[in-house]
Amino acid sequence: MSGATGAVDHDDDPPVPDGLGAPILDLLNGFVVELRAAGLPVSLTENLDAMEAVQHIPLEDREAFKYALGATLVKSNSHWRAFETVFEVYFSLRGPEYRLGDEEAEVDGDPGDVEGGERLPGTGGEGRGGGGGGSMNNEELAEALYRALMDGDDAMMRALASQSVRRFAGMEPGRPVGGTYYLYRTLRHLDLDGVLERMLQQSEQTSPERRSPLEDRLARDEYESRIDRLKKEIEAEIRRRLVADRGVEAMARTLRKPLPEDVDFMHATREEMANLRVALHPLTRKLAVRLARKRRHGRKGPLDFRSTVRHSLSYGGVPAEPKFRYPRPAKPEIFVVADISGSVAAFARFTLQLVHAISGQFSKVRSFVFIDGVDEVTRFFEGVEDIGAAIHRVNTEADVVWVDGHSDYGHALEAFWSRWGHEIGPKTTVLLLGDARNNYHASQSWVLSEMAHRARHMYWLNPEPSAYWDTGDSIIGEYGAHCDGVFECRNLRQLERFVDNLA
Amino acid sequence: MAHRFESVADVRSRLAEVNYLADDGIAGVVHLADRLGKPVLVEGPAGTGKTQLAKSVAEMSGARLIRLQCYEGLDESKALYEWNYKKQLLRIQAERNNESAWDDIATDIFSDEFLLERPLLEAIRSTEPVVLLIDEVDRVEVETEALLLEVLSEYQVSIPELGTMEARQIPLVFLTSNNTRELSEALKRRCLFLHVDYPDLEREKEIVLTKVPEVTDALADQITRIVRSLRQLELKKAPSVSETLDWARTLVLLGVEQIDAATATDTINILLKYQSDIARATKELNAQADGTKRPGVPQR
Repeated sequence: MSGATGAVDHDDDPPVPDGLGAPILDLLNGFVVELRAAGLPVSLTENLDAMEAVQHIPLEDREAFKYALGATLVKSNSHWRAFETVFEVYFSLRGPEYRLGDEEAEVDGDPGDVEGGERLPGTGGEGRGGGGGGSMNNEELAEALYRALMDGDDAMMRALASQSVRRFAGMEPGRPVGGTYYLYRTLRHLDLDGVLERMLQQSEQTSPERRSPLEDRLARDEYESRIDRLKKEIEAEIRRRLVADRGVEAMARTLRKPLPEDVDFMHATREEMANLRVALHPLTRKLAVRLARKRRHGRKGPLDFRSTVRHSLSYGGVPAEPKFRYPRPAKPEIFVVADISGSVAAFARFTLQLVHAISGQFSKVRSFVFIDGVDEVTRFFEGVEDIGAAIHRVNTEADVVWVDGHSDYGHALEAFWSRWGHEIGPKTTVLLLGDARNNYHASQSWVLSEMAHRARHMYWLNPEPSAYWDTGDSIIGEYGAHCDGVFECRNLRQLERFVDNLA
Repeated sequence: MAHRFESVADVRSRLAEVNYLADDGIAGVVHLADRLGKPVLVEGPAGTGKTQLAKSVAEMSGARLIRLQCYEGLDESKALYEWNYKKQLLRIQAERNNESAWDDIATDIFSDEFLLERPLLEAIRSTEPVVLLIDEVDRVEVETEALLLEVLSEYQVSIPELGTMEARQIPLVFLTSNNTRELSEALKRRCLFLHVDYPDLEREKEIVLTKVPEVTDALADQITRIVRSLRQLELKKAPSVSETLDWARTLVLLGVEQIDAATATDTINILLKYQSDIARATKELNAQADGTKRPGVPQR
């Protein structure tokens, strides 16, 4: 973070130049404030750069405008999504083709629509000025949509998307529901899965000879990407309408989402999970590179006495040039013991994935998972290149249920101690992962105390916010007393920091 | 200062003339870099034409390309300048018999004549137009990054013995990064940021057609569609543009007109470099594409 967040209000007063009108300036200012609120580190200089940049591009070119702002304000690819969302909200009502239009005249002005109009069934020759798509009934709309998708006609798709939103979303001004609700309502009416099947069948029939599976697959990919595009159009249309209804700032606030590295493991939505998985991959690579580098560039090894004396011969016996041993820092051995019951499963998965991805930095990594029973899962990771698949096997094949499949830390720890406890040695670092919510079972915390005696270090990573610790059935305090440290690990940022310090 | 390019469209068409097909984002940022006089930090997956961008910009504007390849252990004597101490020694030796004062020699041996220019200084002192490419900047250590800062923000190099060398012309600077580590805030703040991703279907097809002229339109279409399919799989290393091109060339050499599953499987090792990826892709490409196996609409 570049710490300029405090200066929000005074950023752009005088130095900002002539070419820009005050409205644009205000808009940009609000835009930057919103970016900062969304967590993007936008510094003062970057803000000024953006102001300067937009003077060099034609303002009516929306894409160029977007890239100019992006290039100056966003300095990390993982922030691009957040930037795009804010941009869409702030500049959604600008640009001729994005004009909302009232009920009738929504398909005018776009040259692509000239032929589009002919293809609209029910749109008479006298034109779209009066009836537009409005006169179509639902079947005709579906038919037109299907055809636009089939032909990959983007202009048509955009027109139809806005048409469908108007018809199906049932948006009412001032109604306090989110955009997803309207999206759901619209998509339910469009039955895109059905459309996809129909498109596939259609293309199957029209192709002259029998198609190979490969071609089928390619066709399916193509249609899926078109449908995806349509969905994006619909989403954008809903957003535009919501912005028009509620105003820019309110909308930006509702759409504000945490950046991938700040997403809370325990409350991530499915989409956020997917983003997290994507974000994790470069993260592990970065971490591995950084750790390897640290190891190589670490301090020199201890003095190599023999070598020093040998080299002193050339200086007549004066040890002028001390020689050091090659540094071989000890690699720790890692035992990961993770709770994989429902509430914390995602967290355990990410940690396992991260630790195994950098397993080269450790002499050995062994993983154990538990719910109320405990099982070793190291074998799933051995010789496997695809960690995702290994995690999947952990979740499906590991034998972790003892009685009822509710977390029982006490029993799981006891079982772990009796089966593998003797393998913990003075080189071992034990990582315990979980929220320590024990469902009021016996805690058996003597196991941890024994373990701490044998192991080199023992850390507990808790995905819960520290404010919730020791509330309800959480007994993290009791367990934590035996550990060398208890850390809150709610998001990738915290997890990364911990692993970095570990190696 | 006169600008190199007229408009975004101008950048785009001139890049196209040297066979680099830029999208709006790329052309826009290059245009801005020229107007604002700021370096561009280009980031993105390997093999998407980051380095090629700098080369093409140099080619199209008729500028000389000066390249600094970064690596671990790069220091200022390799990046900025170095004193030619052998020559300095010779100079001192030559003066030994003369009666000239030490002061004279001292000012003399720290003059231009004894300065070895390294890429950054060279780029700044050049009188003709220059494109400076600082390649894989993420490979240097964080501390070494600081070397670049003065050059990137002020276009000058301070040499204690000589004073400050200011740029004779503002070079266009491109820094590329493969994102193996987070670059420092200070560096990012001084640059325009450009993320180059895999191109979309139409652009990639154009790229294939431009770079491999022998390929037919239908084949190029098929190639890019298969590559797009592959990129949607969860692979360790998705096929890059350069690999797509290699594949297209291979198919042309093999005289393939129409790709079927068997051809794709046989030549897939050109696109994918990991055994697990190959196995996975082969399985996917040969799978019967029935509706039940995959959900109708991509879950993203």
